[in-house]
Amino acid sequence: MRRVRWGWVLVAAIPALFIGYFFVYPLVRILSLGLSELDIRSSGVEARLLKVGWFTLWQASVSTALTLLVAAPMTWAVSNFEFRGRRLATALVTVPFVLPTVVVGTAFVALGWRDSIVAILAAHVFFNVAVVVRTVGTLWSRLDPNLHDAARVLGASEWKVFRTVTLPLLRPAIAAAASIVFLFTFTSFGVVLILGGFQFATLEVEIYRQAVDLFDLPLAAVLAMVQLAGVTGALYAYSRFQERHTATWALRSDQDRVRPVGARRFLAIGSVTVTLIALAIPLAVLVGRSLGTDSYRGLLESDRVTGIPIASVGNSMLFAVIAMLLATSIGLMAAAVITGREGGLARWFDLTLMLPLGTSAVTIGFGFIVALGWPVDLRASFWLIPIAHALVAVPFVVRSTVPTLRSIPGEIREAAAVLGASPGRVWREIDLPVVARAALVGAGFAFVVSLGEFGATSFIARPNTATVPVMIFRLLSRPGPASFGMAMALSVVLAAVTAGVVMWIDRARAGEIGRF
Amino acid sequence: MLSTEQLGVRLDNKVILHDTDLTVADEEIVAVLGPSGSGKTTLLRAIAGLVPVARGDIKWDGVSVVDIPVHQRGFGLMFQGFALFPHLDVAGNVGFGLRMTGTDPDLVGTEVSAALDWVGLGGFENRRIDDLSGGERQRVALARTLAPRPKLVMLDEPLGSLDRHLRERLVVDTRALLTGRKVTGLVVTHDREEAVLLSDRLALMREGTIVQTGTLEEILAHPADAWVTDFLA
Repeated sequence: MRRVRWGWVLVAAIPALFIGYFFVYPLVRILSLGLSELDIRSSGVEARLLKVGWFTLWQASVSTALTLLVAAPMTWAVSNFEFRGRRLATALVTVPFVLPTVVVGTAFVALGWRDSIVAILAAHVFFNVAVVVRTVGTLWSRLDPNLHDAARVLGASEWKVFRTVTLPLLRPAIAAAASIVFLFTFTSFGVVLILGGFQFATLEVEIYRQAVDLFDLPLAAVLAMVQLAGVTGALYAYSRFQERHTATWALRSDQDRVRPVGARRFLAIGSVTVTLIALAIPLAVLVGRSLGTDSYRGLLESDRVTGIPIASVGNSMLFAVIAMLLATSIGLMAAAVITGREGGLARWFDLTLMLPLGTSAVTIGFGFIVALGWPVDLRASFWLIPIAHALVAVPFVVRSTVPTLRSIPGEIREAAAVLGASPGRVWREIDLPVVARAALVGAGFAFVVSLGEFGATSFIARPNTATVPVMIFRLLSRPGPASFGMAMALSVVLAAVTAGVVMWIDRARAGEIGRF
Repeated sequence: MLSTEQLGVRLDNKVILHDTDLTVADEEIVAVLGPSGSGKTTLLRAIAGLVPVARGDIKWDGVSVVDIPVHQRGFGLMFQGFALFPHLDVAGNVGFGLRMTGTDPDLVGTEVSAALDWVGLGGFENRRIDDLSGGERQRVALARTLAPRPKLVMLDEPLGSLDRHLRERLVVDTRALLTGRKVTGLVVTHDREEAVLLSDRLALMREGTIVQTGTLEEILAHPADAWVTDFLA
């Protein structure tokens, strides 16, 4: 009596085909290209590989350690104490995290720190402080204060309590935050490409150079394989930490922070202020330097090499709108399958759709060049850029809509069916209106992701389809203070647009109603 | 006329219903009475088409309906928790079934007002579901179930989630409404008094099957076994 529901098959097939053709298939092509290469010349590659691999690994480790250290004082302050401006401070610390990597890179160029390892590490810390403050802070603010007090009564000093009680309890969150920061810095592309000069290259940057500048695709494929192995390792470690993250017994339900007094008040407010000022400096310098020498007017003038720089804003907007529409519709279909009743398929979907999030954008862009000549040559297509952006953005849409869809009680859908709604009609009348706002938030994320995407776009953008990040990079690559100024001006424009959309998302989320 | 013949339902490899025989004549209201976990709700869900039938048959006027999907079966079901649509207002909820069958929008409006009048909620069209009291929700759910004029009206613990005071009043109203509209009905409840007040005839359910049917007097006069006597005492 079980019939095939063709509607469902279609809804499941579209996201599956999308991910299959634009993600899995290119990845397989990269793997086969890399494996065949390993046979042909195993000796010459090794030295280069070792150098780049080692640099990638150690800069990611050092960046992660530094980020944890720098973020610690502010995390301590905002999770333990209540003071005026605490919420604002937590919101402000997130600003660098949502900025496009190219903007972050340009901000450090504005500081005059180009071509140095210090610049790369500083930019990574700048970008990732929010990850630690948010991830560790959430757990820390919910630790039962009685545990601390109990240890004090038992004779432990403050420092001893921190080392023997607080730190062990925070370990899962610290490990999770460290895994995320490591993943981000291990796959760092835009920042390293801009700040590293010719001296420093991560695997990501080296893949780009080998593929785009030197056109050694097989070597790039080998590098991409090493990269994938590293990313898989980091993701595996992360999921292991997530599994062990079950310290619920030590949590309090409500966050009753205390107002700090005396020396603590000084330390708490001081550490927050210093952190925020340090994070503000690169951005302030970027804005300041963009204001000089008619940079903004320069954006409007045509140039033989780059065209009219401001035209890239039009390209970016167009691509972002298409990518947003693609990602939202495919993400919604995927979310429908994930929350639908078919268990095995749903879990498989959930996992597969998250993969593009973990894979580096450069690998995605590189995969497009390697693989998408078949069955029709899409490599010169206008659609390639929005498709790449949508691929990166789909996980965001899925993540924002699945919880809302899961919150709809099954009985509601059954009631609609009993009243005469066909399965498709149930989706339209019940799921869609309820999930609309969450989908809008997901769409906003997709838009922001597309605006700032650089790794994949740098492979597939053509001279006349440069997006804003690609244009900024081109301007930075040219000598002369005029191009520098224009790169900074364009960065400020991109940062402003991104910040505007993120603020809108934040408000939309705050007012999210219609959840059950 | 509704009839189930040797109806059996399995969920997750567990037998929930077996050998269930039940008939409801036209314009008759039958109450299925039994302890919790005896399979009452599953019986309604099977008749509505929400759970697959493993054995036996469900017939309307002698024709099997088992292969007709839920949304085309034309039976109404009022859920125990009411399952009102929180994103729609009262009119949106009550008119939902009419819209699904493609009723003319103007006619939907009049029908919705009429249905709200039946349950004593005239003028409630634009209220939000969140703003309704428990008793009002029950009546909106009832109006939503009755508005499309289904062949069969099934009510799952229609007063179960309300407080005692409200139940005593609404049980009378509900019965009057069902009789007044000449409804063919199947009501599920675990409350003996409610079952008697709402129905013409009782069907006692125990461990996944119907053990005895009849009016309270008939059953008390000739109880099928000691459990029946105990349960109705």
